Amino acid sequence: MINVRRNFVNKLMLGIFAAATFLALVPLFALLGYVIKNGITSLNLDFFIKLPAVMGMTGGGMANAIEGTLILIAIASIIGIPIGILVAIYLTEYDRYSWLSTTVRFTTDVLTGIPSIIIGIVVSMAIVSKTKHFSAFAGGVALAVIMIPLVIRSTEEMLKLVPHAIREAGYALGISQRRIILNIVLPTAAKGIITGAMLAVARVSGETAPLLFTALGNQYWTHSLFKDPIASLPVQIYTYATSPYDEWHRQAWAGSLVLIAIILCLNLIARFAFRSRSN
Amino acid sequence: MGQSLSIRQLEAWYGTNQTLKGINMEIAANQVTAIIGPSGCGKSTFVRCINRMHETLPGSKVKGEIILNGESIYGQDPVSLRKTVGMVFQKPNPFPSMTIFENVVAGVKLNGMRNKQNLQAIAEKSLRMAALWDEVKDRLNYSGMSLSGGQQQRLCIARALAVEPSVLLMDEPASALDPIATMRIEELVGQLKSEYTIVIVTHNMQQAARIADTTAFFLNGELVEHGPTSEIFTNPRDKRTEDYITGRFG
Repeated sequence: MINVRRNFVNKLMLGIFAAATFLALVPLFALLGYVIKNGITSLNLDFFIKLPAVMGMTGGGMANAIEGTLILIAIASIIGIPIGILVAIYLTEYDRYSWLSTTVRFTTDVLTGIPSIIIGIVVSMAIVSKTKHFSAFAGGVALAVIMIPLVIRSTEEMLKLVPHAIREAGYALGISQRRIILNIVLPTAAKGIITGAMLAVARVSGETAPLLFTALGNQYWTHSLFKDPIASLPVQIYTYATSPYDEWHRQAWAGSLVLIAIILCLNLIARFAFRSRSN
Repeated sequence: MGQSLSIRQLEAWYGTNQTLKGINMEIAANQVTAIIGPSGCGKSTFVRCINRMHETLPGSKVKGEIILNGESIYGQDPVSLRKTVGMVFQKPNPFPSMTIFENVVAGVKLNGMRNKQNLQAIAEKSLRMAALWDEVKDRLNYSGMSLSGGQQQRLCIARALAVEPSVLLMDEPASALDPIATMRIEELVGQLKSEYTIVIVTHNMQQAARIADTTAFFLNGELVEHGPTSEIFTNPRDKRTEDYITGRFG
């Protein structure tokens, strides 16, 4: 009797878990499917190599926005990832318990929750107003500011997962703390740190709001990282999707598909590059 | 060659909790000294003071003096002291990101030795001394984590030997291992004492009786008795030692 009941409850709960998993996957695959279905028909070679067409003309592409997004991601990563990792190393390896690290940790948590448009405004005031130019640099800094707290927290978690016994083993061999961190702790946590950094990159790749006042957007190629506004896929998608033209709507779908593909590729490259190193 | 240690009025704290109270002890060179006692008696803290690992924990404090080969260890840089005083831990802890070879030479390599041939020679010598060479010589490029628990522990011993210490501290090195792996470690300790001074913490009294030349009994942070192993086990001077070794408590 009890067995029958237990089996029934077991099956019921299993069913609920399976249903929840399925429910969670539905929007994901629906979204991917919808973007692919709408985007793929508008994708052609022109999309990757041509500038946007003049308003009212058909054809054209988003070559400048693709390039712009890659440049912005690169600037944000070059600034954000090293700073984030260095802060996390400080917090875990050098100063775990002081008031300073507690404050930094708390501030980091707050920063993670700040709406990205506010970060855009602040960076705009700090850089765009001072330099009198919308620029790739300003956009990259805004994205980096969003990335830093994400990288700090994910790296910190990964470093905390490295057992204390591993560090002690290093100390007991008369190895300096610098070498223990560089050659023992970081390699042990590398996989997780890279994954965390890639998630942060993926997160900022689709950010639109902070770019509106910093990188602005551009219908042409950009010639200076510090003096010219620069196009990016999210801003271009935003502009095209809110326009009244069907042609632009189609291009926005194609842009969305390319953006998702870029993020996927970055993830795959990072994982693949790391795997080949560890073997 | 091993070096002798002399410990004078050693006291240690974790926060406000005093774990060692006025320890005075002489540790002879090229001997195996066993530290026995119930859990929490300060035996681990004691060996961790000898290579100044105790101080790395937040809130810890040490007083007193430890003389290694005529020189105070507190006058030395702790990082270089630990090249003279090696340590093997209770749980095998090979570096997970490194191969077997890299693990063995980690100590010398991360202290600046780059010469491939020298590293190769050091790795082979250390692995032979740790009685692991024959088992791993064909797979030096495998991860250290691919070995069994007993092999991992001998890898850790090889890693400690590679930096050529004169004192080797072992904190319950066999307590996480099965009887056969334990036996191999014990044999190894017997072979190593011609080259090193060995201080081994153990909660296994039979183990102390099998391998140690002298045995020290710790209780509540105090050194109750230290003498030749045979005397401690057959004719202890202190009533508490007798109660402990006859199994009346602990």
